[in-house]
Amino acid sequence: MQRTHNNRAWWLVLPVVIVVAFSAIIPMMTVVNYSVQDIFDPSTRFFVGTEWYREILRDERLHDSLIRQFIYSFAVLAIEIPLGIAVALSMPRKGAMVSLCMILLALPLLIPWNVVGTIWQIIGREDIGLYGWALGQLGIDYNYASNPADAWVTVLVMDVWHWTSLVALLCYSGLRAIPDVYYQAARIDRASPWAVFRYIQLPKLKSVLLIGIMLRFMDSFMIYTEPFVLTGGGPGTTTTFLSQTLTQMAIGQFDLGRAAAFSLIYFLIILLVSWLFYTAMTHQDSDDA
Amino acid sequence: MAAIHLNDLAHSYMAAPSEDADYAIRRMNHVWEQGGAYALLGPSGCGKSTLLNIISGLLAPSEGEVRFDDRVVNQLPPEERNIAQVFQFPVVYDTMTVYDNLAFPLRNQRQPEHKVQSRVREIAQVLELESLLERRASNLTADEKQKVSMGRGLVRDDVAAILFDEPLTVIDPHLKWKLRRKLKQIHEQFNITMVYVTHDQLEASTFADKIAVMYEGRIVQFGTPRELFEDPAHTFVGYFIGSPGMNLARISLEAQGVRLGEGESAPLLRLPRTLLATFSERNGDLKLGIRPEFVELEAAALERSESESTEHWLSGQVTLVQDLGTYKVVDIDIGGGCVFKARIEEDAAIPHGRVRMRLPARWQRFYLDEHLLDVLPASAEVTDDVVDDKGGVA
Repeated sequence: MQRTHNNRAWWLVLPVVIVVAFSAIIPMMTVVNYSVQDIFDPSTRFFVGTEWYREILRDERLHDSLIRQFIYSFAVLAIEIPLGIAVALSMPRKGAMVSLCMILLALPLLIPWNVVGTIWQIIGREDIGLYGWALGQLGIDYNYASNPADAWVTVLVMDVWHWTSLVALLCYSGLRAIPDVYYQAARIDRASPWAVFRYIQLPKLKSVLLIGIMLRFMDSFMIYTEPFVLTGGGPGTTTTFLSQTLTQMAIGQFDLGRAAAFSLIYFLIILLVSWLFYTAMTHQDSDDA
Repeated sequence: MAAIHLNDLAHSYMAAPSEDADYAIRRMNHVWEQGGAYALLGPSGCGKSTLLNIISGLLAPSEGEVRFDDRVVNQLPPEERNIAQVFQFPVVYDTMTVYDNLAFPLRNQRQPEHKVQSRVREIAQVLELESLLERRASNLTADEKQKVSMGRGLVRDDVAAILFDEPLTVIDPHLKWKLRRKLKQIHEQFNITMVYVTHDQLEASTFADKIAVMYEGRIVQFGTPRELFEDPAHTFVGYFIGSPGMNLARISLEAQGVRLGEGESAPLLRLPRTLLATFSERNGDLKLGIRPEFVELEAAALERSESESTEHWLSGQVTLVQDLGTYKVVDIDIGGGCVFKARIEEDAAIPHGRVRMRLPARWQRFYLDEHLLDVLPASAEVTDDVVDDKGGVA
């Protein structure tokens, strides 16, 4: 068949291009622009090419921060995903308790992030905080402000408290979508509870888990507010994650060129890892298609 | 292997059922013999699936008992009942291959792998799934998936009965026929009791030796397809089986016979006195039923009726003729609010205007409060020919 080409049709794309330009492309290009210049003031600027990038990639402080970030994000995923599934599995399937569970689960999600940080800052205090005090009573020497391990645990627990609900709610909706007949067939086939989970529930949860994992990865990889409020990145730099390092560089030191190069690399890392997750999880499907 | 007995079985989804309408299954006694091919036929919501789930143990009956031979199994969960069930929508374990799907029930019983393998291959061969064994179950078509579901039931050698809950609903029409035949073959080969739930009478009569017709939580008739057709035990069976269903008309007794329908124009049907005497002994709602296949219109009737000249003629107005391809259905308004349907051959002349018809005595059935009255078909005892109210002469 002969296709007719009418290049004027491209004009139809224009509105989208304009919106995307203002919302994403122009701000992004500004960052790219900064990342290749050394700017002292608006009139004094020098083109430096890839120098900032090379410097960033060699920066020890950033390496440490990046490693911390990865450990943190994977720890968050490793805890929140199984825990979220477990919570969803143990929720009632019907009855009045369902709404109650939903409300309880949704509560942490409704709290502003800096408030979450503040809550945990207080609750973890040895003198007036329930959690810190209780640990103290148990004879555990706990102090998130001075002990790096305690700080890490607190930041992780805070994230788990804040975000496991999201995974649980996603999984719960996924579980509810499984028709009863699957469970009935499994009973007739004498499947063990583990087999029911492994061969019915988990496969059916796959798509919601994909969303859950991606969301939790991206969010935790960009985490800023809660650790900033809770520990300020300390003690030392032990809980200073990437976004905080970036902010210090961009706003604290006003090192815009370097910060811009850093943001772009940061962005690419998130993009890359998300892509990896996505292809790993969807590839399995097409494999056997 | 076992016969399945349902003793005084009843089930309600309510906590405190008080009246009949609260019960999904009303008190019933029934036996499914070992090795039979049965269909459980009824409209949606009549309790078919409930009954099936009670037999398989997915549901505990609120009253009565379920016995497999002499063993009461009320308390046993499905996994301990030696029953397989195939559901309306095919259930396959998506992430497994067809082979693993079929092997799943055996592996759950911890059978040795060599036995699993030989059994799976055998069943795959019967169901013609051999070429698909290595495929992932999620990528099969609906009918292939349904075969896998059936296979999981057949693969177990401890299965006493397989219950099918409208298994062909999602299958393409041209494959339905093939699968139904397959089921029949399997039944002959394995001698397993099969209970097949459906709301499709054609499906029921091609699959089953005996059909149980369910209506409002009761089995209203249990019999061969022929019995259901010729002697419906309940007006519902008459109406539900057959295409179109049985003609039913409320009747009231007169000295000479019965009046069909109500009102001024209700036509009189002559009946033998003995029959009328039987009716007069009973109190309740009387109905006459006759299959459209047996209603004879004048032209056709004249040829055959010479020897049975005592039969009564009714006259009526043709209101509708439907051509259904291989046959036609004629609606005839005989007054009294009764419209009788007659089924005529495809090539028969299309009747129009006023016609005369007769209801052969041997196909007349009488119902008291919807249940078949066990009376002899009206024989040639009608003493004299009659003129009916509207002047039709017989």
